[in-house]
Amino acid sequence: MEILKVHHKTRGPAAGTVGSALVGVVASGNLEVLLERTLADTECTVEIATPVRGYDDVWKAVVAEFVERASPGGLRISINDSGARPDTVMLRLLQGVRTIETGHD
Amino acid sequence: MKLDEILSSLFLMGHDIDPRPDHLILGTGKRANGGTVEVVGIADGEALGIEGVLPLARRVLDIVATGGKTPILVIVDTQGQLMSRRDEMLGLNEYLAHLAKCLLLASRSGHATVGLNYGKAVAGAFLATALATDVLVALPDAEPAVMDLPSMARVTKLPQEKLEALSKTTPVFAPGLDSMTKVGAIAQVWDPAKPLDVQFEATLATIPAHDVRDALGAERGGRLLAAGIARRVADQAGEDRRA
Amino acid sequence: MTDPKHPSADTASWFLSTARERLTGLLDPGSFAEFLPPTERAQSPHLALFDLPAAFDDGMVVGRGRLGRRAVLVAAQEGQFMGGTFAEVSGAKLVGLLRAARDDPKLPRIVLLLLDSGGVRLQEANAGELAVAEVMRAIVEARGFGVTVIALVGGRAGAFGGAGLTAATCSRIVISEQGRTGVSGPEVIETNKGVEEFDSQDKALVWSVTGGRNRRLLGGADAYAGDTVAGFRDAVLALIDRAPPFDLVTLRAEQRRLADRIECLGACNSAVEMWVALGIAEPQTIRNLDDAAFAEIVKGLRGAAYEAR
Repeated sequence: MEILKVHHKTRGPAAGTVGSALVGVVASGNLEVLLERTLADTECTVEIATPVRGYDDVWKAVVAEFVERASPGGLRISINDSGARPDTVMLRLLQGVRTIETGHD
Repeated sequence: MKLDEILSSLFLMGHDIDPRPDHLILGTGKRANGGTVEVVGIADGEALGIEGVLPLARRVLDIVATGGKTPILVIVDTQGQLMSRRDEMLGLNEYLAHLAKCLLLASRSGHATVGLNYGKAVAGAFLATALATDVLVALPDAEPAVMDLPSMARVTKLPQEKLEALSKTTPVFAPGLDSMTKVGAIAQVWDPAKPLDVQFEATLATIPAHDVRDALGAERGGRLLAAGIARRVADQAGEDRRA
Repeated sequence: MTDPKHPSADTASWFLSTARERLTGLLDPGSFAEFLPPTERAQSPHLALFDLPAAFDDGMVVGRGRLGRRAVLVAAQEGQFMGGTFAEVSGAKLVGLLRAARDDPKLPRIVLLLLDSGGVRLQEANAGELAVAEVMRAIVEARGFGVTVIALVGGRAGAFGGAGLTAATCSRIVISEQGRTGVSGPEVIETNKGVEEFDSQDKALVWSVTGGRNRRLLGGADAYAGDTVAGFRDAVLALIDRAPPFDLVTLRAEQRRLADRIECLGACNSAVEMWVALGIAEPQTIRNLDDAAFAEIVKGLRGAAYEAR
């Protein structure tokens, strides 16, 4: 397993007050994303556990784009990956932020 | 140890268990104190199918209906559940679960139940018999398993050599007596060089009142998390109710 | 009083839903609270040895909620993660829930098990097998204290191996057409005994042997649900007050039920032959009936109406 940690500064906090959210399942080509509102308003961390090695740069690029789009301040994000493609990862991350901001998907 | 040797060593005062064409074990043995032991089980590595379950379950229900506290010994050497389209079609899962439920009812009704694994004990047949007792013991040549390593390699698509190497570092998946003892499934391994009747009486004297297998697994280091996880869930359920 | 049913329940397929989606749709809106939620990261420590990813809930969601305003305890397996298998952590979560129901009479007296499992997780085979044994014992003990345990079977992984035994240890089983249950799966039998024993590629054969309709016709399940979350909800609500006690009378009746089944159907070579022996006039049509027509057929059958499990 490869563990990758990415830390970002954000423009501001994610909306809403829900404390945590989980989206996706760990199935082939898929991933689960756990979001917890535990950090300072302009901090965001993403920790990825994946059995697929050697894609650090791709993960970093996807996470950077996600942070730019969603401004997920205050969120500690944890990922269990099962070989998801970058577009699937991005969709799940955005779905996760939507869920923790609104309380539903 | 062979079954007849086991029975002779267990019941010095005699028993009425004879080999049967269906390889089931059904009968009684005499304890040194004059009491009786009810004996059920499956021998010769026979697979357990729907026809095998019914006589065993009926005997256990009869014992419960008779009342009293006669202990039940469940002796097991089975290669597993019968792999048969017909038995599956007729609902083998219900038959195996029925036998387990009958043994668990006997235990709840005051009959101490002791499982004895002396040969194979595999998968669904293991769950239906020896794993549905208050305490499970084994003889050193027992081979309890969920699946053998070659089959496991095939299903998990991992090389068998890798599984063999891994099985040396963790008891959590590898077949065999050592692993099953470390995770807490098997409470004690009896010594075949010593009289089994004495060891049986000692086992009977220390029947746990509750399911202690997860605690045993934690104590022996083979299943470190299960007991704690179960306790945390129960604690949170209780806290939630009181909140 | 308005129906507290979740708005998506009528349309959402049980088979296609995740464990969490099933719970959300099954329970009264907003009533679910999880024990040992994903934020506690109760993951399998063993999967990494095999270079396999873990899940934050280990594929088992446990908690409490309300169903038609009645308090219930719930457990749901995620069939898409490692086939919903019983393993050290996932199994222990269910054991803990059942023991809580057994020990605390103020907790809900109903436990719903949303099974979706191929059985024991081979990467944790010993821990998983033992977890099933502990679950079966805990179900029996909880039932002995008056708790009703209902199995719901209709997910992708079905309920096989230890999950098949677990289902049959419960007070009641609800199954859908897509629900499959058994001990050895067709692939395992084919691998071990040959294609002539069981052709796992023959979809119609597999359906007729392991599928929900055959199980319901023989009495291997106590209720039949349409493949929607609302279908399961309605089926559970209909039988929630009719659970057999766990005692000698029930198990004697189950012994008779299972012995009768062999006597009546034991010589049959196919599911269709069994359905003929059960007195079904047009057994070939069973596959094509809609759910309502199938439910009508079930009503007239004896074996499907025994109150013994």
